[in-house]
Amino acid sequence: MKAKLMDFDKALELFEPVLGFEVHVELGTSTKMFSAAPNPAHPEFHGAEPNTLIDPLSLGLPGSLPVTNETAVRYSISLGLALGCQIATSCRFARKNYFYPDTPKNYQISQYDEPIAFEGAVEIELASGRQVTVPIERAHMEEDAGKLTHVGGSTGRIQGAEYSLVDYNRAGVPLVEIVTHMIFGAEHDAPELARAYVGAIRDIVLSLGISEARMERGNLRCDANVSLRPRGSQQLGTRTETKNVNSMRSVERAVRYEIQRQAAILADGGTITQETRHWHEDTGETSPGRPKSDADDYRYFPEPDLLPVEPSRELVEELRAALPEQPVARKRRLKAEWGFSDLEFQDVVNGDMLHVVEATVAAGAAPQSARKWWTGEIARVANERGVEAASLVEPAHVAELQRLIDERTLSDRLARQALEGVMAGEGSPAEVAEARGLKVVTDESALVAAVDEALAAQPDVLAKIRDGKVQAAGAVIGAVMKAMRGQADAARVREIVLERAAG
Amino acid sequence: MEQAATDLTRLAGHELAARIASGDVSSVEATQAHLDRIAAVDGELHAFLHVNDGALEQARAIDERRARGEQLHELAGSPVAIKDVLCTIGMPSTSGSRILEGWVPPYDATVVARLKAAGLVALGKTNMDEFAMGSSTEHSAYGPTRNPWDPERIPGGSGGGSAAAVAAFEAPFAVGSDTGGSIRQPAAVTGTVGVKPTYGGVSRYGAIALASSLDQVGPVTRTVLDSALIHDVIGGHDPHDSTSLDREWPSFTAAAREGAASGSLAGLRVGVVKELDSEGIAPDVQARFQETVQVLTDAGAEVVEVSCPSFEYSVAAYYLILPAEASSNLARFDSVRFGLRVEQQGQTVEDVMAASREAGFGPEVKRRIILGTYALSAGYYDAYYGSAQKVRTLIQRDFDAAFEQVDLLISPAAPTTAFKLGEKINDPLAMYVNDITTIPANLAGIPGMGLPMGLGDDGMPVGLQLLAPMFEDERLYRAGATIEALLAERWGGILTSRAPALRDAASGGSSGTSTNGAAA
Repeated sequence: MKAKLMDFDKALELFEPVLGFEVHVELGTSTKMFSAAPNPAHPEFHGAEPNTLIDPLSLGLPGSLPVTNETAVRYSISLGLALGCQIATSCRFARKNYFYPDTPKNYQISQYDEPIAFEGAVEIELASGRQVTVPIERAHMEEDAGKLTHVGGSTGRIQGAEYSLVDYNRAGVPLVEIVTHMIFGAEHDAPELARAYVGAIRDIVLSLGISEARMERGNLRCDANVSLRPRGSQQLGTRTETKNVNSMRSVERAVRYEIQRQAAILADGGTITQETRHWHEDTGETSPGRPKSDADDYRYFPEPDLLPVEPSRELVEELRAALPEQPVARKRRLKAEWGFSDLEFQDVVNGDMLHVVEATVAAGAAPQSARKWWTGEIARVANERGVEAASLVEPAHVAELQRLIDERTLSDRLARQALEGVMAGEGSPAEVAEARGLKVVTDESALVAAVDEALAAQPDVLAKIRDGKVQAAGAVIGAVMKAMRGQADAARVREIVLERAAG
Repeated sequence: MEQAATDLTRLAGHELAARIASGDVSSVEATQAHLDRIAAVDGELHAFLHVNDGALEQARAIDERRARGEQLHELAGSPVAIKDVLCTIGMPSTSGSRILEGWVPPYDATVVARLKAAGLVALGKTNMDEFAMGSSTEHSAYGPTRNPWDPERIPGGSGGGSAAAVAAFEAPFAVGSDTGGSIRQPAAVTGTVGVKPTYGGVSRYGAIALASSLDQVGPVTRTVLDSALIHDVIGGHDPHDSTSLDREWPSFTAAAREGAASGSLAGLRVGVVKELDSEGIAPDVQARFQETVQVLTDAGAEVVEVSCPSFEYSVAAYYLILPAEASSNLARFDSVRFGLRVEQQGQTVEDVMAASREAGFGPEVKRRIILGTYALSAGYYDAYYGSAQKVRTLIQRDFDAAFEQVDLLISPAAPTTAFKLGEKINDPLAMYVNDITTIPANLAGIPGMGLPMGLGDDGMPVGLQLLAPMFEDERLYRAGATIEALLAERWGGILTSRAPALRDAASGGSSGTSTNGAAA
């Protein structure tokens, strides 16, 4: 049953949205949070077969014990500092107890009342130029759960499934959960703010080099809390927590959807159920998950198998000194370095392509070329498929593509074909070009022969060209390009056509 | 009742090890002798849940290495019994529970790996109360172990299997685990020696957790020196256990040898804990304790009374902290990845988890999981778990204050001699109170030793407990070995040499009569 939605502007007229976010960041350490098992969030272990990145602790075997990953602690402190947080002088891990088959010990080692980082703020800038400060409550360390695949049902959910498979590779992946305070005053910008906030976290994480931050891979996951209160009311409304929002675009859409959905219910005199909701990328809707009440009892207690984490002040200061620049400052710098116009730069920022353009430039492409690829062809395909541009192709491959053009190995058109192959997973641009036989024909005699043949086939065109109607050459150029299966440099073909026609 | 001098099982562990090291006896012979003894008496005692069918092969490998002239550890080739709480490659590790029946771990506990590395030969896995919850070994899912001094009585718990195995000469060495007295109390009631090391002194990696902040693995033997030898092998820092102490430990073996040789306790200040020397201690235990105090005084020790007022709350605090941690530690037994699974077609995973836990856990385990779950629940946490942690701090302060006055504390290791099987099984509270003397050491993390101090009116062993400050395990071995030597001198041998003979299933021999009366 489709939920009733209120027009967005109308909803904002009647209600004030209050937001809150929980963002989970998978840290890309080489080993897991509490054991020496390989970490699937580390680039080297992507795509491992299920249940191959495991050890006794990942399976919760009797007698196994956790040992804190010091690199993960350093990453967490860096992240906390980059979020403007204070860093605890001593903090403990706690057990969060609940039974679920993806949780091998049936408790998650997390932090409860003693997070590693607390009370910070993230500055973000919206398209309008509006600056917003998002208050951070805390960032704490924890371990990820395994991954369940429900087989046999139509929905891929546990309800109706015949059986479920568990992959414990992800069990124990180091996570930092960043929790905001309630965000007031977002108003009409609420959906964009949500997207910009997640984008800011992603930028921070990438600049720190602590995670690949690929949302489609689950490196970065956002739970969005939304509640509405009637205009003029001081009392907070009941919130929902939308999970499973796996792209920046979805974050924006999900927040907008929840505002519209809740407004429709409240305007009808209904009440909002406090619950987790699942975002569905395909339908653009949220659906109810399990009811979540404050009475959920995880029976937290300090993890007795681990010592408190007590980062020295020297370490904290060392990490603080090594922090990269803040995202807002970074944007200003990149715009200047790349020499983009306001419009060009805004295009990149709005498309969440700052980091991919930066990576492409770092891989050797000229800034303008990098921008054109990402905001042009790649953005077009991403839009068409409804996915993130960054998920389609590696920046290094885009740089390689451009290099092939610059070397005149590929024409623009051939490069687009090569890109298509790269996006289809056929390999690097050079590999795709090789496999598909994409190559600009540089053999002059072959070109000349093709031109002569085309001119002979179209004597009327030849006559027009000789009459000085140079634009008529297009028909011949088209024929030559077709004959060469597109693998010729159109500009050179044009030169030859004019030469031969004159001759 | 004294066996032939050639019976290798009657030798103290260090004597046997010395004979193996000298080449006088092979590891195969020593191992075979103990396997024979197990075959003869364990039908009655049930100290073992599993006998290692690879033991002789391992013994042979050690003999071959020795024959090749390899330098081996002084205990290489000696047999050892391993409490079933420890994970062992190739041998089932059930922690006495039905839920882990037949589970063979893919890894060795650090303690087991260290025993193996030193060349000790595992005889098998010893019986225990399920998940180490109990003081009698009657809560084992596989049936109780019996006390070699009187098979009608309990061998203590939870490590009754290891204690009975060494008391019955089925093994010269054993290892156990002590969460609230599970090494020291069985030692007391079987006339053997057991040590709970300083918390963090021995790795817990691969020890199936009962209560993580209390559990500690330690030696179980017939003599103080034998415990020291094992402690030196299994102790020391382990990077796999975050709570393992990264520090240099002195040689406990050297301390025990020096202590045994000195014969004097001159200059040693010893405190008797008033609160552990009062009501609840049986008169015969009290009498043996007073005699032992006299022995200490005669040997030059200065014995004074100290007060630890918070000990009165220790049992209550312990029975909140232990179940709380246990309820969480035992959550992993859900049938999803290992262990017993009880399922029917069409059931959800929650149904299967619940049914498996219902069938796989015994009543004592369920009782404690429920207690612990309750103690950690929102709204009760502060009153129960929180308060218990405060008591824990108070107990630590009591010990700190006491150890400012004295070097060692002493008390009876258990309030009574071994009770009869079935006597307390339906009275959990009576069973819990039995641990009153041993629990404070676990709450404070300090080391403690149980060793024999004579026989009660019923002819059953009575144990002495020594307690030392954190990190001072060495004091236990030094003083313990002196006390052991002084008592052995009075008795004409260590206490276990006076244990009655057991019915030998192989020879059909009769059960010996008890050597009644107090040691004197």
